[in-house]
Amino acid sequence: MSELIELKNLGLQAADMVDVENGRVKKELYSDPAIFAEELDLVFNKTWVYVGHESEVPEAGSFKTSYIGRHPVILSRDRKMNLHVLQNRCRHRGATVCEARKGKTKAFTCPYHGWGYGLDGSLRALPKPEEYEGVFDKDEMPLESLKWDSYQGMVFATFNKDIEPLADFLGGAKKWIDLFMKQGGGYPVKVLGEHRFNFPGNWKIQLENTTDAYHFPIVHKSFVSSLDEATADIFDFLDGEGFVEDLGNGHSVMVMIPELIDLEADLDQPIPERFNELAQALRDEGKSEDEVKKLVRAAHGTGFNLNLFPNVSCSMAFFRVLRPVSVGETEIQHVALGGEGAPAAFNQKRMRLHEHFQGPMGFGTPDDGEAWERVQKGSMSGTDGWILVNRGMTKLRTSVDGNPQGAVCSETGMRGAYRQYKKVMAAGEEK
Amino acid sequence: MKSNTQLLAQVTEFIGYEADLLDHKGYQEWLSLWTEKGLYIVPTDLNETNYLETLNLALDDADMRRMRVARLENGESVSANSVGYTVRMMSRIRILEAGDDVVVARCAMTLNELRHGKLVTYPANVEYTLKPTADGFKLDQKVVKLLHAEGFLRTVSFIF
Repeated sequence: MSELIELKNLGLQAADMVDVENGRVKKELYSDPAIFAEELDLVFNKTWVYVGHESEVPEAGSFKTSYIGRHPVILSRDRKMNLHVLQNRCRHRGATVCEARKGKTKAFTCPYHGWGYGLDGSLRALPKPEEYEGVFDKDEMPLESLKWDSYQGMVFATFNKDIEPLADFLGGAKKWIDLFMKQGGGYPVKVLGEHRFNFPGNWKIQLENTTDAYHFPIVHKSFVSSLDEATADIFDFLDGEGFVEDLGNGHSVMVMIPELIDLEADLDQPIPERFNELAQALRDEGKSEDEVKKLVRAAHGTGFNLNLFPNVSCSMAFFRVLRPVSVGETEIQHVALGGEGAPAAFNQKRMRLHEHFQGPMGFGTPDDGEAWERVQKGSMSGTDGWILVNRGMTKLRTSVDGNPQGAVCSETGMRGAYRQYKKVMAAGEEK
Repeated sequence: MKSNTQLLAQVTEFIGYEADLLDHKGYQEWLSLWTEKGLYIVPTDLNETNYLETLNLALDDADMRRMRVARLENGESVSANSVGYTVRMMSRIRILEAGDDVVVARCAMTLNELRHGKLVTYPANVEYTLKPTADGFKLDQKVVKLLHAEGFLRTVSFIF
């Protein structure tokens, strides 16, 4: 009992380390293993967590493995095309029943004693069942199912059976997810592949980064230098009309390039000369001029990062998914997106753009990773100290949707994420 | 295939030369090793052969190679500036195809990187497609199949 009380106190202690009013958080939040363990329970086990996109399990029998915090799970599609999110743990002795990243199968079979489960998690067969006569019935031993829901193909799941509906949790972010999905160029957005990398640092450093425009011209100078002049000008956005808006529930949007909020607007504009090669390739695939314009505009992604608490962002042209491994290690997936049935030239262009910036060998990600690693290392200096997220906090305005909004390089989104973090960590104490 | 020790010696010399250039950051000389249409590829899927229609860690044509080298050399990249040294060992070299116009070879590579004082190791199978010319081989394609390409990598600010 005393141990239980101590653990609950820890949630409140962590909440107290977040000083949203003054825009600062204690640096121990990056490095205290006890707080990390509490976060797994109070953040990742209690809220909606992104596990995958419906296009990754397109057919009956398709599956992909994923995680909720440190829990291995499977996203699967059964014979009737229903989706399931299952705990990847045999009900017998606990072995994982699936180790592949993705694929198609008729069943998940435990390698230890051969228990076989259907795509819906039901226990179908096991060797020598007679020894279980009178012990339990097969129907009582399916892989455990999680509550899940999806929005625009993005599948979220949770261990929390009492959670608010996903649509309510996403709230003001839904409008931005709708806008993000326009980059299929008229085709449904589809996952084309992913880059995977890790960094020796806390997961919240990455959560902050997706809503941090301030770092872009510094950390990504070498990327901007590799671009043509016109494209480099587009990425010179800190003095522009962009903004960061706190959307509530820890979500935020950072608009860097306002003219690329709605990819279906301004389609009457001529195609910029630097996109001629792509435009011609699309014409060569038999696309009409209207469709070429729409596809060319969509090919380069949106002008904003939508940060969804706690583990996914719709970041300009891709999904960025984080997974906390330990207090000082985080795994990240950069998921490349294209259009289902879209012209080959369109999807190829999107993959080449993704390779250019993203992933462990991109021209952007390694520099982000270096900065995050240095944050983790530097945060260990001193016995006490604050991380500042107070940039732009006195210059907030109210957005058309009634949300707090600051300059593009403000830390409005980080404060929003930490406000939600504080709320969920403190809620553990109340229960 | 009959053993062709002279060809094997030439290919081994080329692979060793290229590896030495990369470990010693002789990037400009490295750029000159390529044919105009050559591709430097680091796939994410080790079973995939249609690299253009799949996502790779890197798929560099001449322009991307030039930009990659510029990024490593111009001092603007904080991660490139943090890379210490790499030491790669190339072995188990085997000729897979020995034509007059093209030579295909495969070898094992173990690349070691010292990163912030920690040793990181990258084992890989590397496939070279070489074009024989009067001045020796030119690289037409290099595919680096990292053993943990499908897993979670550390970020990379050097050239495999």
